[in-house]
Order: sequence, then C-alpha cells, then structure tokens
Amino acid sequence: MATATIETRLMRLWETPHSLYGFFASTDHKSVGKRYLVTAFVFLLAGGVEAMVMRAQLIKPANHFLSPEAYNQLFTMHGMTMIFWYASPILSGISNYFFPLWIGARDFAFPRLNMFSYWTFLMSGIVLYTGYIAGYAPDRGWFNYTPLADPLYSPGLNEKFYCVALLLLTVSTTVGAINFIVTAFKLRAPGMSIGRMPLALYGTLTASFSNIFALPSLSVALAFLFLEHRFGMHFFDVSAGGRPLLWQHLFWIFAHPWVYIIVLPALSFISMIIPTFSRRPIIGYTWNALGVAATGVLGFGVWVHHMFATGLPPMAMSFFMAGSMAVVLPSAISIFVWLVTLWHGRPVMSTAMLFALGFIFLFVIGGVDGVFTGSIPADWQVTDSYFVVAHIHYVLIGINVFPILAAFYYWLPKITGRMMSERLGKWNFWIMFIGMNIAFFPMHNLGLLGMPRRVYTYQAGLGWTATNIVVSIGAYIFAFGVLLFVLNFFWSLIDGPIAGPNPWDASSLEWATSSPPPPYNFAVMPTVRSRDPLWEERLGMGKRSDVFVGPVISDEEKVTLGTTPLDGLPQRVVSFPEDSVYPFLTSVALTAICYGLILGLWGLALSGALFTFFFVTGWLWYAPKPVEV
Amino acid sequence: MTSNAHRARDRVRWARVPRWMRTIVRRAAFAGGVLLVFAACSQAPSTLRPASKPAQQLFVLQWWLIGIAFAVMLIIGVLIVVPLRHRIRTVADAPLEDGGSTKPIAVGIVISALILAAVFVYSAVVLADDARPDSPPHLAVKVTGHRWWWEVEYMSPDSSNAHQNVVGANEIHIPVGEPVQILGTAADVIHSFWVPQLQGKIDLIPGQTNVFWIRADKPGRYRGQCAEYCGLQHAHMIFWVVAQPRAEFDAWLAHARQPATAPQSPLEAEGKQAFLTAPCVLCHTVRGTGAGGKLGPDLTHVGSRLTIGAGTLANTPGNLAGWIENAQAIKPGVAMPRLDLPPATMQKILAYLESLN
Repeated sequence: MATATIETRLMRLWETPHSLYGFFASTDHKSVGKRYLVTAFVFLLAGGVEAMVMRAQLIKPANHFLSPEAYNQLFTMHGMTMIFWYASPILSGISNYFFPLWIGARDFAFPRLNMFSYWTFLMSGIVLYTGYIAGYAPDRGWFNYTPLADPLYSPGLNEKFYCVALLLLTVSTTVGAINFIVTAFKLRAPGMSIGRMPLALYGTLTASFSNIFALPSLSVALAFLFLEHRFGMHFFDVSAGGRPLLWQHLFWIFAHPWVYIIVLPALSFISMIIPTFSRRPIIGYTWNALGVAATGVLGFGVWVHHMFATGLPPMAMSFFMAGSMAVVLPSAISIFVWLVTLWHGRPVMSTAMLFALGFIFLFVIGGVDGVFTGSIPADWQVTDSYFVVAHIHYVLIGINVFPILAAFYYWLPKITGRMMSERLGKWNFWIMFIGMNIAFFPMHNLGLLGMPRRVYTYQAGLGWTATNIVVSIGAYIFAFGVLLFVLNFFWSLIDGPIAGPNPWDASSLEWATSSPPPPYNFAVMPTVRSRDPLWEERLGMGKRSDVFVGPVISDEEKVTLGTTPLDGLPQRVVSFPEDSVYPFLTSVALTAICYGLILGLWGLALSGALFTFFFVTGWLWYAPKPVEV
Repeated sequence: MTSNAHRARDRVRWARVPRWMRTIVRRAAFAGGVLLVFAACSQAPSTLRPASKPAQQLFVLQWWLIGIAFAVMLIIGVLIVVPLRHRIRTVADAPLEDGGSTKPIAVGIVISALILAAVFVYSAVVLADDARPDSPPHLAVKVTGHRWWWEVEYMSPDSSNAHQNVVGANEIHIPVGEPVQILGTAADVIHSFWVPQLQGKIDLIPGQTNVFWIRADKPGRYRGQCAEYCGLQHAHMIFWVVAQPRAEFDAWLAHARQPATAPQSPLEAEGKQAFLTAPCVLCHTVRGTGAGGKLGPDLTHVGSRLTIGAGTLANTPGNLAGWIENAQAIKPGVAMPRLDLPPATMQKILAYLESLN
C-alpha cells in the first residue's frame, strides 16, 4: 500500500470535522495544547494589565489614583491570575501539544479527559473573572490568610468566588496530571526506555506527581473556607475554637510544591533547547533527570519557611531551614548540566537560546535571593517585604516566563508551521531582560529599606520614592517587551517563512513529523533506540532508531501502541475514543454547580449535579474496549 | 585633540563592545547609583541601618548573603558568557559535538553544598543567639494588633495588679540599651510587628501570644509598620518605637500612668463636656473621666503622641481637626466614623484633646 494512501486514510480516521460540533467535540491533544496556550496567554496579558495599573498607583507616594479597595483587588487578582491561571496552564499548553510528539504517540491516554481538563480550566477562569466584573473580586491576597478571609472580616461573595473558582481549577489540574503520568508511562514509542525519554518529560512528570500529592491539601483548605462562608462553620475562627494557622499549613503544604510545579516543566523545556543550540547531546542526562525528580520530592519538605515569623518553635523551624537549603542543590544540578553542555558545544545564539541563557541568569538570582528566605533569621527581615516580591518575580518570571518565551521561539514553528522573526525576537529578549531587571532588582533594595508588600500606598520621605519610580518604569519596559512577542507571533502567522519539519536540526521525535503535525502525529510508529533519534548517525553511533519506517498499527481504528513503563517494550494496542461533546458539557454542568454554590442558588447547583451525572454517563457510555494484540 | 573628538572616539569604541557587555556595564552603573542614593537617605526605616544588637546580627548575616549572592551571580554570569566565544551563526555551521565529562557538575554541586551548609550553620547560630536577651528583661509590653492600629499595654511589674497597667497606642517607649519583652497578639486578624532597625518580623496572631524581645542601643525614634496584609488600610498601620535614656523613660512612664490632665481653661472644660456627651466615648477611653470605650485607641495622653491615625498623620491641631471631622477621607475604611460636628463643638473638643498630654 502506498504511503500516500495510508496518510489519506489516517487523516480520514483522525481528523476532527471543521465545524462547530468539531470545535466542541475535538479531543486532539494538539487542539487542547493550542487552546491552553492561547487562553493562558490571555490570562498573562490580563494579569499584566493589572500589574501595570498597580505600578501606576505606586509610582509616587500618597497617590490617589486607586482606592484601597481597587488596589487590594488588583494585587489579589494579579497574583491569582499569574500563579494559577497563567503559570501552570501555559506549561500544560506546551506539554499537551508536545507530550505525545515527544514520545512518538498518537494522543494522550485519555483524550476526552484531556479536553475536559482544558474546558474546566477555561470555566474556572471565567468564574473568577465574572466575580471581578460583578464587583466581587477576591481581595485577600493570593494566599488568602485567615482570619482576614473568614466570613467575619470578609463578608460578601468575594471569598466564595476565591474558593469555588480555585476548587474548579484543581479539578482540571488533577485530571491533567493523571493524564500526563499515565501517558508518559504507557504510551512511549517502543524502545524508548525510561533512560531515553526526552528530558522535557521529567519536568512535566514530576510536576504531575507533585500535583496529585499537593492539590488535596489546597482542596481541603478551600472546602473548609467555603463551608465557613456558605454554612457558617468555624475551622479557622479563633472565637469558635478554630486555628488561624491551620489555613497557613494547609495552604503552604500545597503552595510550596506548587512553586516547583510551575518551574520544573519550564526547566525541562530548557533541557531540550540548550542541547539543540549547543549542537550536541546534553551532558549529565541522568543527573538532570534525577535532580528534577529530587526537587519535586524535597519540595514537599520546605513549606514552613513561609511561616518563619509565625512564632513556631525554633527547633521545628530549623528542620525546614535545612530542607530549604537542601532543595537548592538539585536545582543547582540543572544549572551545572546546562553550563557544561554549553561549554562542550558550539552555541548558536538564536532567540530561543538567548531566552534560555537569560533564564539561567535570572534563575540564579531567584535562587540566591531565595536563600535569604530559607535562612530563618534573614527571613525575619525580608519576609512580607518587597524583597519577597522581588524574589517571587525572579522565580515566576525568570523561571517560568523566560523559559516559556524560549519554548515559544523554539516550538511555535512546529505548531504554526512558520518561523518567527529572529531580529524582532532579539529585540524582544533584550527589552524584556533589561525591563525585568530594572523592574525587579531594585525591589530587593526596597524590601531591605523596610517597605512592606501589599501596601496600596506609602508615605514620602522614607527613601522609597525614587526606587518605586524606577520599578514602575522597568515594569512598563518589560510589558513593552511582551507586546513585541505578540507582534512577532502575528507577523509569523502572516508573513513568517515556512518552517519545514526540523528548522533547528534538533534531535527529538517531534521534529520528525511535519510542521504543523498531522492529526495522527506520525504516519508510522517510530522505534527509538537512543536519546537523540534524529542525530544518531552524525553522532557516530550508527543508525539505531526507526523514525520514518515502521508499523502503522492500524489505519482502520484510532489506536496506538501501549508499552511497558520502564523498558518501553511493546505491550498491547491501545484504542482511543471518538470525539465527543460530553467533556465540554460536563465542565459546563460543573460550572453551573459552582455558580449555584457561590450564589446560594441550590436549584442551580442541584441541576448542575444532575447534569454532571448524565453527561459523565454519556461520556463513558461510548468508551470502546481495549483491543488485545 | 578636542574633548569632542575624544568623546566621539569613545563612542565608537563603546559601540564596538559587544551589546551584552554594554548592557551589563550600564546596568551595574545604574544599580550602583541607586544603591548610593539610598545609602545616603537617612529617614528610611532600613534594615541596612541597624540600631540594636539583634538587628546588627541580622544585618551582618544579610551582608554575607548579599556577598554570596553577587559572587554566585558573577561566577555563573561569566560561565554563561565565556563559552559564547565559540558560537556559530546557524545550526548548519558546524558538525555535532559529542563527548564531554560530567565531573564539573559534581564539583559544582560539592561547592554549592559547602556554601549552603555554611549558611545553615551561621543562620542557626544567629537564631540561637537571638532566642534570648543577654540580660533578663525588666519591662514587659503587650502589643495587640487591631485593624488598623496598635494597642500598647505596659504590664505592671506586679502581675497580680492588672489595673496598674498603662495603656497607650501606636507608640512604644522603651529604655535605651535594655531588652524589653513584647507579648504580641492580635484582636482581629493577623498582623506583623516589624521595626526594621531593631528586629525582624514577628506575626501577631489572634488566639496566641508570641513572646519576643526588642532593644534599641541608640536613643531615637524607630518606625515600625504592619508587615502582614490585614485588609483595607494595611498601608496605614504604622507605629513608632521611642528609645529614651532610662531616667527619661521612667519619667515618661510615671506620667503615662497618671490619669488625664484636668482642663486648664474654660474652653478645655467645655471641650471635656462636649467630648463626654459626643459619640467619642463609645469607642475611646480617657482615664480619670467617664469615657471608657474599648474599641479605639486610649486617648488619656493623646496630646503627647507623635502621630494620629496609627502613623497616618503628624499630630498637629490641624491634622487632628481634619481627622475628627472626617477620618474616612484620610484613611478610608477606618473604624472612626465621619462625625460632622458643629464648628464650635469641634473647637472645644480639639482644645480638650490637645490638652491631654
């Protein structure tokens, strides 16, 4: 049978119809990925606008540009948007698009669950922002400490929006994490043993495990708080025998691992980009893989360093100080791995590489200023001051936004089929890099000069004024840099040169298929026998992997090959479900429950629950059975 | 050669410097300038100008960490930039490389581990040293965080005699060079006690008392501010620590223990009557009069305070009048309502409050 015919038949089998039905029913991981990327980027822009408005308020002392209510809502929404609705979902976007491509699979293990994960993410963001538009934005900060967030001090719907929107998001994140884990362990191309997986997988995989263990703690905290607000219970309320610090423990047991959840996948994208642009395989693959996994594990043992000033016993805190020092080491491994790879390679200064190298420098700053927060006595001075604001932004922008931009410049040609402008890309990098450092480096100084965080204004004559002007200017420069990226993206869609399958001459499987990849990803099932399947011959190891020839498995049913978790040996044929609107309908029904709970409309909540049941039944009804080989 | 020509030549040379290097030089010069400006600024409640032994220790620790931070940034920066000498223009310009050793990774990790271990040990030593003062404190002050002001209660040395306690607000007087025990708690939500020049932060948490100590080794006024976000007016929850020589402090405390001064003039006497019949007494206490409200700051010696509205305004007659008239315009959301008193009444109350020193 001619290849053309196979491709036509695969196309017929895998392609989602281009219709309204197709839009809501598609389960293609590439659609999921693109939607995640676009939605999360829109949230980034929204959070960015919020930051710009805040920096206008802080540009001079005793400013009346914003009311305290407006400012408090802005900084809370900025934090929630960036941390929950941008930083993790944007990584999910890249991973959703590329996970099956990295491992030579046709789709995720649970494609419908995958699309459900996206819709639920979108809905949770809509819930949050409808609260904002209706004038009930959360305004207690993204970590929302009790008793300030208790009903007594926060009457109104604001806190209900906080709890319910985040709870809905945890549903999305949890199912996404399960999908990543099962896919990584069961659907890798034959021969891709665990030691041959692209390094990008380790970050997403570790983050997914962390999600599964960390999110329950957040869900419990949110459920407790919601029960306080909706049913008058008292978990954190002192006057009724509750404990305010319970919230902090539950929250940070979740939220410190969350920091690693939103940086580890980004780090592992860098581990793909640096070897490609150093023109050599990575040095220290095993070190890097184990370092990432170790960070994920140690990340669970450091939450108390957010609570060093709460009056806990010094001995108990010291263990967490030791943990906080120890968790630096596995991250340091990654840095040395990249540096050694760079030193032994021939660097190509593409925009993606510039962002990757800029990121390493910002990562180092975010690491060394993090040491201040890990050392108990030093933390007493810097915690809750602008120093910590600087630190969190070096971590989140340095270790999330910069790698994401590197990943965009690297992988968007694969997604869109067109190259971005390298010249504009370099302007983009330098403006963002310089703007970032002008905006956030002086914030360290503000913290040391005694400026607390989360103040809607400050008095003149305290030595904070000039630095705040500098910070605001830096923030606007940075924002301009982000706009250049948007410009570059649209330019590439309209006028970018055609990318071809492998514009960077990279070594991993996603570059073996066309750009953009066809709905079925690979016409034939690749067989992998090294870490760099596309470079084998040029690295002098001879041709081992079969990327372009191999079994089709089936052109009559939507199936892929399931393999063993460690060795990647073929195990059985796994079939995929057809497209379905039930995932979308289920998340709509869940959203109805959410609004019902927030507004106390029990009829709405109950019908949402009933419809959820019906839609899940419909979803599972047509699930095909696995086909044995 | 003219200086213009020199400048032109310098510009050309500068343009030949790689762009990344120019950026680094410019940024360093800029950052240095910013640092200098603020080192010279004297009013900042800055951790970089410690005024007590504990703050001094934190300051030294901080500088070690800053030093390590800059050293690491410099080293990694160099390690990133140096290999770029071998850069090629496009991915097609050179064959793939292979080989290479993982030894440098191990070396890097061992060095990092040693530095981190040293930071841990040093921090633990400071922590242990800071746990208790050199000499036992003779003075205990209970500080209670309210939204958005500080209640300050000087505990009587005779603990069985609680009504001997002296209550004030937003100002903590302490004797210089002596440790003072602070019993920190909160009445509503979590606040955080932070006087950067004296001590790190300690949270004030409802339902628990965090016991810590502060001292000031130089006489002076030290600005403190709430550091835990506590709602609408978190930005205006300020207090001052006033460190005085022991004798001066004793005199101050003895005076503070006295009930309110009796009115000295007819205007003040009328003011007292107006005060006692106005809604003021629902929230404020003036010891020695019938005013016994507990919701707002004690006003027994309000005339002698440095600020009003928890550090929001300097305590001048004009500011005080504005505050009584419409505190909501100055500190929106504060518990003090808009009173709209008739001007004559306002004059009298103002005169009375000013007399309460």
